[in-house]
Amino acid sequence: MRDRHGAVSVEGDKRRRPARSTAHELERYGALFAQRTGRMRSSAMRDLLVITERPEVISLAGGLPDTTLFEPELLRSLLEDVASTSAAQALQYGPTDGLQAVKDCIVELMAAEGMPVAADELIVTTGGQQAIDLVCKTLLDPGDIVVAEGPTYPGAVPAFCSYEAELIQIEMDADGMQIDLLERTLDALAADGRRPKFIYTIPTFQNPAGVSMSLPRRRRLVDLARERELLVLEDNPYSMLRYEGVDLPTLRSLEVPRGSRDGGDFVIYTGTMSKILSPGIRVGWVVAPRPVLAKINLGKQSADLCSSSLTQYFVAAYFANGDWRDYINLVRDRYRQRRDAMLDALATYLPAEASWTHPGGGLFIWVTLPEYIDTTDLLARALRENVAFVPGEAAFDDGRGHSSMRLNFSSSTEERIREGVLRIGKIINEQVALYRSLTGAGIQDRPHEVAADDASMAPVVSLPQRGQRPRKRSREL
Amino acid sequence: MTRVAVLKGGRSLERGVSLSSGARVEDALERLGHDVVAVDVGADLLERLRDGACEIAFIALHGPGGEDGTVQELLEVLEIPYTGSGVGACARCSDKVNAKHVLRDAGLPTPDWVAFSESALRELGAGNALGAIVQRLEFPLVVKPASHGSALGIKFARSAADVPAALVAAFSYDHKVLLERHVEGRELAISILGRPAGEPEALPIVEAIPRGQDFYDFAARYDIGATTFECPAQLAPALAARAQEIALAAYSVLGCYGFARVDMILAHDGEPQILELNPIPGLTETSLLPQAADAAGIEFDELVERILESARVRSLQAH
Repeated sequence: MRDRHGAVSVEGDKRRRPARSTAHELERYGALFAQRTGRMRSSAMRDLLVITERPEVISLAGGLPDTTLFEPELLRSLLEDVASTSAAQALQYGPTDGLQAVKDCIVELMAAEGMPVAADELIVTTGGQQAIDLVCKTLLDPGDIVVAEGPTYPGAVPAFCSYEAELIQIEMDADGMQIDLLERTLDALAADGRRPKFIYTIPTFQNPAGVSMSLPRRRRLVDLARERELLVLEDNPYSMLRYEGVDLPTLRSLEVPRGSRDGGDFVIYTGTMSKILSPGIRVGWVVAPRPVLAKINLGKQSADLCSSSLTQYFVAAYFANGDWRDYINLVRDRYRQRRDAMLDALATYLPAEASWTHPGGGLFIWVTLPEYIDTTDLLARALRENVAFVPGEAAFDDGRGHSSMRLNFSSSTEERIREGVLRIGKIINEQVALYRSLTGAGIQDRPHEVAADDASMAPVVSLPQRGQRPRKRSREL
Repeated sequence: MTRVAVLKGGRSLERGVSLSSGARVEDALERLGHDVVAVDVGADLLERLRDGACEIAFIALHGPGGEDGTVQELLEVLEIPYTGSGVGACARCSDKVNAKHVLRDAGLPTPDWVAFSESALRELGAGNALGAIVQRLEFPLVVKPASHGSALGIKFARSAADVPAALVAAFSYDHKVLLERHVEGRELAISILGRPAGEPEALPIVEAIPRGQDFYDFAARYDIGATTFECPAQLAPALAARAQEIALAAYSVLGCYGFARVDMILAHDGEPQILELNPIPGLTETSLLPQAADAAGIEFDELVERILESARVRSLQAH
């Protein structure tokens, strides 16, 4: 760092050029960018979310697990273990496919969820996100089709886009992806001589919708993949965070029954330590048919040679130290309380025009508002009240989702969740009342949307009471 | 060597752009040999300015708070000289409705519009007049929040059915919104730069050329790669001169100082129509003002020094 002429930088970071930049700034380097970067878009929404960095903002926008629940003393003692027993190896490169001890932990985790797997059928990745990226890298040519749920994981959309895939999103209902629609879409594509390279799904506690795919639909999806010889990428970060109901078999376990010694043919499975241990350690994994896995391995070599040895040694020490279920039970209880607090707050503070999902697990609730409310604009308004969420458009690549939003309940206290939802609800109520007064003014040409008793244009919409309306869109099986 | 506070960031929706502008200005000021105190504007602004013993403030804030006269007013009270327009000009420009009134009263061209506030809608039943309003202006209409900002909250209404949702969106950003007649034409940005001694000058014109097919897609304007910028714009000399003359007149009638950017549409009939004035336009590497300055042979560091110098000159004149 050069001498700053004695300048006192009030900020901690010296070189404070933010990673985010304006469209205009990027334009300057336009001629140098690869073609595919044209599909990596910035958006007004992302610019808005810059403000959520500020501490006074109640952010229901992130997807963060609550790492304050992890005992700092345990972290210290585990790292001391690593330092005293494997310092040199932990500081060294490791195998591309991951440390054997970590693979053993993963085999144990998957077995606990009814998925027999051999250590050489999986590769340790740098978070589940890298697994998605590597699958794209391995399978996608520009113009290839990926089918996903609509809405889908907002972090997967840029991955598909950066490999210039065409994303087709299949609408969901309370039982997850509508397989009828999927089949019709596949038929329509086939009639055109096209087929998707893979189908991306989060069957359990989907991000962002919060719903789970029903067992019959899981079976049909696995059958469909087999019949049509299509790959399915099953992303399963949340299944251990179940707050109610009974476990559902993963697609992988439906394809490879218990006791089977065969690997799967069409399901690629990805898991992660992020939600059950820590996202900061960036440890995930991918299980795939052997030929696919071999290509993924090559892709990973060029991406990062290997995932962090240090954090893999930490994972191994953690699993050796005690029962990994204890921490999951702890966070699960806490998240369940927070989910309940959010569901209560939604029922109390949102108007009758809103609907939302009832997640049996995971981290998110998906709220849908009347179509005349654009949630990106709503976010701008919400930020004035110091509260944030993810606008629904982030979960689509086709312009849908404008009236929906994703709310996260794992990373805020119950008190802040209630306060945040109260603020959001207040704004929505204002906007609903405003819209009603405007459409009552005689310029609206869709009269069916104007309530008969709206002439009074009541300035305040009465707040509905909890449990007054049966409008939960979703339930577990 | 001067001790300069660079004010940036803050809570505005344009925080991201402001951080970029600020970082770039800081680099330039350091190259110019000044002492730089970087301040991400927040509740502790006063302390930071005082503790930093700043002699002058370079305001690289965009949007409400930084560009509407609030910060300028505070700096006046603290008697710290600052860059750019004064309190009054910032307040006038940052409210598009006020700015349009000033322009129209001065006989300068700006598209016809109707403005109303949320409270008028509620308390006076102004919504009942909407029918008459849209008939006077005719579709398509542009619906936007009055407070100055980026493209956020700006919606296109092709028919009456689009208006209520567009208003709800615009009211997300401000208590006051305007419905403006849409003028088709070429989008021009004319940057004005003050001279330490003498009249301000209009820099070469930048034209924003949308790449997409759908002319009405406002979002496309702000998508990377959807817009290209041409500087200087390909315009007949007489037309360019007239647009610059109108921009200078707008700058002057609104009382701007130091620098500003005038955004206008050159209608198909050849008449420039002023959309808005930005008292603190973006100063990122490829923002339009630095581009225009570059085209005029003024490098970024020189631009920053000139803006700083004009702030000094003003404070000397005031004392």
